[in-house]
Amino acid sequence: MAFGQHLRGKTALLLFLMVAFGSSGDTLIGKGMRAVGPPAAWSVAPIVAFVSHAAGSPAVWAGFGCLLLFFLSYMLVLTWADFSFVLPASAAAYAVVPLLGHFFLGEEVSALRWTGVALITLGVGLVGNTPPRTTQAVPAAGTPVAAAQAKGN
Amino acid sequence: MQIAFFVLLVVVAGTSGEMFVSRAMKGIGEVTSFRPGAIARVVLRALAAPWMWAGLGMMALAFFSLLVLLSRANVSFVVPVTALSYVLAALGGRFFLGEQVSANRWLGVCLVCLGVALVCAG
Repeated sequence: MAFGQHLRGKTALLLFLMVAFGSSGDTLIGKGMRAVGPPAAWSVAPIVAFVSHAAGSPAVWAGFGCLLLFFLSYMLVLTWADFSFVLPASAAAYAVVPLLGHFFLGEEVSALRWTGVALITLGVGLVGNTPPRTTQAVPAAGTPVAAAQAKGN
Repeated sequence: MQIAFFVLLVVVAGTSGEMFVSRAMKGIGEVTSFRPGAIARVVLRALAAPWMWAGLGMMALAFFSLLVLLSRANVSFVVPVTALSYVLAALGGRFFLGEQVSANRWLGVCLVCLGVALVCAG
């Protein structure tokens, strides 16, 4: 069952990058878009003005760059790790953001939200204790094994 | 009724989109080198995979449904409900991608789903 125990180190590293880039990307885009504000009206000219205003915001571009790096890390980790491992494990971001908000920005966090943070931490811990990969490895393209499989063996 | 339809669209299209991306990436095989050239080759191969485009299309559909939903329903209702996608993802991992979802992983997924809903509702 456990093909994937040796994958733990690099899986953890890529998940860390996903959480770091994903949450900073969301925060930066949120910050940038709040400064831009909603479109003045839902017709063509105000929407064009809204998009060009957003495209002029350095925070939006920085956030967009972070989200691209998030998606790249996501693609890379999925080449070896289970989807049903990566997705719940990446939910750690939902626990990290209120913690950062509380300890670095002095935000109030409600009891309900702390309960959620505790459940996510527990859930991510449980998922993280399962082997990251439970399916057989696909041989890398161009190797003799892959060539043999392509011939239908 | 309309709101339920868009909730379903956000959760189902979003999760299947990510599942399709996962299918494309599994087909490429484990990445072992993290040099820029090797990573660029992986990205190019991913962009040549039909599952990747099916996945990106579904994710775009989910994103636009989310925008429509947010214009009709409260964020405090919409965002916690989308935590359901964690349960759907475990089912998809099991039945669409052939992964083994052990009892511990199931329990973890359910706790994450509940926890994300609470964080978003809190």
